[in-house]
Amino acid sequence: MKHTLLALWFALLLTVPLWIDQYFLHVLITTGIMIIAAMSLNLLLGYTGQLSLGHVAFFGIGAYASALTALGFDVHIFGYRIVHEPWPPFAGFAIAILVAALCGYAIGKLSFKVRGAYFVIVTISFAEVTRLVALNWVELTQGPLALNNIPPFTLAFPGVGEYTMWGKVANYYLVLAVGAVAYIVIRRLVLSRTGRAMIALRENEPLATSIGIDVTRYLVLAAVVSAALAGAAGALYAHFVRIIDPDIFLFIYTVTMVIMVITGGKGTLAGPIVGGLIFGMLPVALRAWATPVAQWIIYGVLMILVVFFLPRGIVPAVREWWENVRPRPDETGRTSAVHPSTGPVLSSSKGSGRTGTRNV
Amino acid sequence: MNTATSALSIEHVSVHFGGLAAVADMSFVVNEGELVSLIGPNGAGKTTAFNVITGFLKPTQGEVRYRGVSLTGLKSHEVANLGLVRTFQKTSVFANNTVFDNVLIGLHRHGKASVWATLLALPRVRDEEARLREDVWDILRFVGLDKRANELGGALPYGEQRLLEVAIALAARPTLLLLDEPVSGMNPSETASFIALLRKIRDRDITVLLVEHDMHLVMNVSDRIVVLNYGRIIAEGPPASIQQNPEVIRAYLGHGVKRPAAHA
Amino acid sequence: MLGGTYALLGIGLTLIFGIMRVVNFTHGELYAFGGYMMFFLTSALGVNFYVALLAALVLGIILGTIIELVLLKPMRGADIDTTMLIMIGCWIVLQNMEMMVWGGVAKSVVSPLPADPLAFGPVSVAWLRIFVFAAAALLILATYLLIHRTKLGKAMRATFQDRDTAALMGVNVGAINTATFALGSGLAATAGALLGAVFVITPTMGDLAALKAFAIVILGGLGSITGATIGGFILATVEELGAGYVSSGYRDAMGFLLIIAVLLFKPTGLFARTERIG
Repeated sequence: MKHTLLALWFALLLTVPLWIDQYFLHVLITTGIMIIAAMSLNLLLGYTGQLSLGHVAFFGIGAYASALTALGFDVHIFGYRIVHEPWPPFAGFAIAILVAALCGYAIGKLSFKVRGAYFVIVTISFAEVTRLVALNWVELTQGPLALNNIPPFTLAFPGVGEYTMWGKVANYYLVLAVGAVAYIVIRRLVLSRTGRAMIALRENEPLATSIGIDVTRYLVLAAVVSAALAGAAGALYAHFVRIIDPDIFLFIYTVTMVIMVITGGKGTLAGPIVGGLIFGMLPVALRAWATPVAQWIIYGVLMILVVFFLPRGIVPAVREWWENVRPRPDETGRTSAVHPSTGPVLSSSKGSGRTGTRNV
Repeated sequence: MNTATSALSIEHVSVHFGGLAAVADMSFVVNEGELVSLIGPNGAGKTTAFNVITGFLKPTQGEVRYRGVSLTGLKSHEVANLGLVRTFQKTSVFANNTVFDNVLIGLHRHGKASVWATLLALPRVRDEEARLREDVWDILRFVGLDKRANELGGALPYGEQRLLEVAIALAARPTLLLLDEPVSGMNPSETASFIALLRKIRDRDITVLLVEHDMHLVMNVSDRIVVLNYGRIIAEGPPASIQQNPEVIRAYLGHGVKRPAAHA
Repeated sequence: MLGGTYALLGIGLTLIFGIMRVVNFTHGELYAFGGYMMFFLTSALGVNFYVALLAALVLGIILGTIIELVLLKPMRGADIDTTMLIMIGCWIVLQNMEMMVWGGVAKSVVSPLPADPLAFGPVSVAWLRIFVFAAAALLILATYLLIHRTKLGKAMRATFQDRDTAALMGVNVGAINTATFALGSGLAATAGALLGAVFVITPTMGDLAALKAFAIVILGGLGSITGATIGGFILATVEELGAGYVSSGYRDAMGFLLIIAVLLFKPTGLFARTERIG
């Protein structure tokens, strides 16, 4: 039931390039990239409960790693000269994920030492330092002059030939594919024993440790997967817009991701997607009659309103409303809980339990 | 009861907070399969002792060993992985999750699926999940919460929440279960059910150490009782001898608590 | 001088963060607000420099009070992420409002002090900077006295130590929250006004300032005014040294690297005292 709905959505998404114009396609692609980033943040922020506000760092690092791998570079570090020849863009994609994951590992390890609000500050600082490094290490990153002419992704079909993704349509499908993979990865993780451990840590850490859940291990795991996905999104971005500069690390982008996750519904699978769509498409809707500055004011107000009235986010609110509104079978329907296959949410597809778990 | 093998040994444990000795030179053992109760008037140091024994607090001196392995310096989850699972004095459940999920989380130790296997959705992962789900029902039926499976942990009435706590602890497959005031706040009928549950737990060969105030429970289920006062052990032995022990009586009377009545 | 104003920022935030447990992302905007008020009052209204400075402080307190009453009070008891998000929303709204009203071009404030610097032998210091330092020092001292010598300060310290007990003892925790936020905001606004007079005023000046304020809070330990003050000076010094030895571009990074380093070794900050503020 749930699966067919998802399949329908996906089929719909596949047909999109047929019926929207280039401009909207572009917006949809960048929105899609942001959604992937938001989903990755949701894993760390929503499911594991870590207030990581430096997420854009992983995104940007992924972008730069991929771009630099594809463009090649020539730098001097401590008197040594390191030259890197350009590699195919997909190698860049892989490197981006790897590098981002490594950073995620570091942050994960760190987060165990430094908890709560202090961790927030550390993550923000991390992103800022990365930005300043990108800005100042001109030899490597071109600083504010930006890295441009980043080659787009190229698919090589042995025997048939190469296809280079210059066009928006190709990029759209690429983003859709990566997005789908990201969704599946997160979903599988979250609905498993691993995911349960992360949620347990978020909900009641002392209880979780008392039954044998290793805090560090799962924090680090969440951070690594989260960072890797964000890095992938960053790489996609780099090869799509083909020009990146240190502004990619600005705090405002982390804020955007956070807004998407929280208003959509943190700790839910659909939340970041819904939030991402709203805040990704809103600029388009508003551009006709509001300056960028005014738009931001609207986002800010919107965010505050959502937090005030729908504190758990839009998706949980809609779900609750749906639970209350739809026709109920008679009371004996409840005891169907005894039958194992309707066992509630954490180990099956989302929302099948009647009074199902609030998260997921 | 064959008391030959000692499972948990507390050796000369002292805990000092600043200049104050909360626990002083405490030594006793808990043997495999026993149910030992730790009692004492308020402020006697029971909670401190309990926290040391469960690895939540480091002793200033002395050591706690479980089956020969020292607990000093171990992290809480490592202690749990030795088979030592504790409950908390202040009710601790996953309030925002269903009862079913609470126990499912508790079964964490019992699952082996690796992250990669999970991501690839290998069949053995699905099999494990199905097996775990069956186990949840077993445990729920064991403690008597199977009708509540779909309720949120936080929505349960108090007595049932405490049962849920025990269910979660049992899910972690302990060989030594440490219960921190498990029946505090329960009414007599709930306490009676709990006594029955404890007997069932004993039947599964799980060693139990519990800290309690409720004398009815303690006298009824314990093999041995250890009495603490001012951080020191003042008596140790089977319930009958503890009841007659003048030191114990004095300790309780001195704190204005009624002397433990002989149970019916 | 930089240290002094940083200290003001830091003190304000450490109080808010410490007493209210709110991750106050709007702190930077109060700073910017102070700067803009300075500009507005002196340029558009022709108000005297010193009066405008005082007005900036007062206006900062007022704005802080409004924000607390409207946005934070209804959300008391919500968890830290929720309030954090509200503060982020507020920050976005305020900053863009400033953008709308005054545009993105930097503004500057005319100072009444002599432009020629004062010379101490080989060192020459601008009068304005001396004034800013003095003003900051005065405010720091005043705040310290407020916290330690007044009833209000006592109530604030009690709330910091233990909210629930303080409430039981008759402290009006709600009012303390409002007062704390107001005070912290006022300090931030003044810092903005002072530094705005020295440098320039832009809509985004608050962002970096806020991040530095957080850095200072960590350096000095949550809730410690002395810590925040010292932290402010340490940060300023490290920045200057960093700018000199490494490169000026990395100057701002210095602060952050310092935070990360400190937290790695001493997760509670250099001067953290969990029992009392001050």
